[in-house]
Amino acid sequence: MALVTASLVRAAAAPQTTGWEIVRRNFLVYRRDWLVFLTGFLEPVLYLFSIGVGVGRLVEGFDVNGHLVPYAAFVAPGMLAASAMNGAVLDATFGIFFKLRYDKVYEGVLATPMRTLDIARGELTWCLMRSAVYSLGFLLVMAAMGLVESWWAVLAWPATWLIGFAFGGAGMALTTFMKSWQDFEYIGLALVPMFLFSATFFPVTAFDGWLRWLVEATPLYRGVALVRELTTGAVTADSLVSVLYLLVMGAIGVLVASRRFDKLLLS
Amino acid sequence: MTSRPTSGVRSEPLPGGEEQAGSLIHARGLRKSYGDFEAVHGIDLDVQPGESFGFLGPNGAGKSSTMRMIAAVSPPSAGSLSILGLDPRTHGPQIRARLGVCPQEDTLDLELNIRDNLVVYASYFGIRKAEAGRRADELLDFVQLTDKAKAKVVDLSGGMKRRLTIARSLINDPDLLLLDEPTTGLDPQARHLLWDRLFRLKQQGKTLVVTTHYMDEAEQLCDRLVVMDGGDIVAQGSPLALIREHSTREVAELRFAVGEHAALAERVADLADRVEVLPDRLLLYTHDGEQTLARVHERGLQPVAVLVRRSTLEDVFLRLTGRTLVD
Repeated sequence: MALVTASLVRAAAAPQTTGWEIVRRNFLVYRRDWLVFLTGFLEPVLYLFSIGVGVGRLVEGFDVNGHLVPYAAFVAPGMLAASAMNGAVLDATFGIFFKLRYDKVYEGVLATPMRTLDIARGELTWCLMRSAVYSLGFLLVMAAMGLVESWWAVLAWPATWLIGFAFGGAGMALTTFMKSWQDFEYIGLALVPMFLFSATFFPVTAFDGWLRWLVEATPLYRGVALVRELTTGAVTADSLVSVLYLLVMGAIGVLVASRRFDKLLLS
Repeated sequence: MTSRPTSGVRSEPLPGGEEQAGSLIHARGLRKSYGDFEAVHGIDLDVQPGESFGFLGPNGAGKSSTMRMIAAVSPPSAGSLSILGLDPRTHGPQIRARLGVCPQEDTLDLELNIRDNLVVYASYFGIRKAEAGRRADELLDFVQLTDKAKAKVVDLSGGMKRRLTIARSLINDPDLLLLDEPTTGLDPQARHLLWDRLFRLKQQGKTLVVTTHYMDEAEQLCDRLVVMDGGDIVAQGSPLALIREHSTREVAELRFAVGEHAALAERVADLADRVEVLPDRLLLYTHDGEQTLARVHERGLQPVAVLVRRSTLEDVFLRLTGRTLVD
């Protein structure tokens, strides 16, 4: 009985885990490997210079909700949304797959007071942070190049958090269903067309009928539309649709991911 | 009559029978199924503080399934289970806070160096950074990996990885250490080094629970063990008591040409309490091996090789299940 009582006393002292432990672990990994961290940021920046600035010399610009926007300033928010997406998706897919299936880090993590909820929360927080660093960097590049057209752009940064949340949550959920590295082809198959056609380089009005409907229903399009409305100052009530879309997508992703973690790791 | 403060933790005795006072692990009718397959068929267990307790059995006996339930990462399908006086279904994190787990497969963090593996793992237990660093250095010393502190996990040998895993399982100074096949796949030298460390922990009074399919490991480390086969406990006791109960004092091993063993078994059957036929040899269970051997020779039989030895847990297992431990 004495032992049982003692165990109750110690049970009360069990540490309260939050998921922040995972964030600190990831930070430590990347602190020793910051070059990998940086490469994910560069891709959209290079596109901005090549397409936005390069091709921009040949194209006048496009109409955004009634404002004429120079081409580089049109492409820049598209790349901003893409960099937020990249920042979140890289760790949510490859990073989590590695820890889940390859080196089985999560099995080790769960032999401690940590819970699957902590893993899901921690990984998503990390994805969000990486995404936010990318998009902040990108916004600064945009501002330095004079591609920000409105004070609404101050809200573009928090708007990119929504993109990170949506793609981080969904990426994490999809990753739990993957069985081999080959399955990542599907991620590429989804991301590359989205990157090219989600009104990133030309307006969605280029599409007609169901195709346009399809493009407008993709998450990257919602992200691009939202940040473009903010950086060009063309905010409308429709912007709220994008906000809601991204929030719901991320929330569903986290719920599914944390259920799947339970199923895969605690059977 | 004073009412005791409620801490939100159940303190009434667990259902399902007589609880031995102070058991660290208490199970009654414990079952585990995966879909239609039942891996553990309703077992009873009690492990006392300070004890070294073993699960001995071949692959697929249900050892690892049982260990995962005890580790509070796999909910029991039926029966009662209490670990450190707590119910793993409702108090997983509280239980795991006081366990040390050395899983069968390495789950080391390949993206962190050796020392960081320990420091980061400590953070999962809520141990503060300075304290984590102190414990990491101490444990690296204990498992003789201090000079590898900055190395990557992939650069370690199998034995070093196991030692690191042992060190990691000690980072929270656990009350109960769970070791699932701690030395499987290691060379003899690495195994002995690991056994030496585990033996020291045992002497420090740590409660160890070990699964193994090596009988020498069970004999080395366990005060008491259960023999598992096909999801059931088929025998339990101290290694010595099990041998005394289920085997003879000595065994004479006779090796003949391949394929002759089954036929020759009949000719020596009356010379021993029991004869086991293995593909490569005959085992004669007897009180006096040398004397039995002499009588084999008297009958004009000429084995290619002979060996007289003491009975081991391997023999107990063979007797109870009709099979050898390691295929």
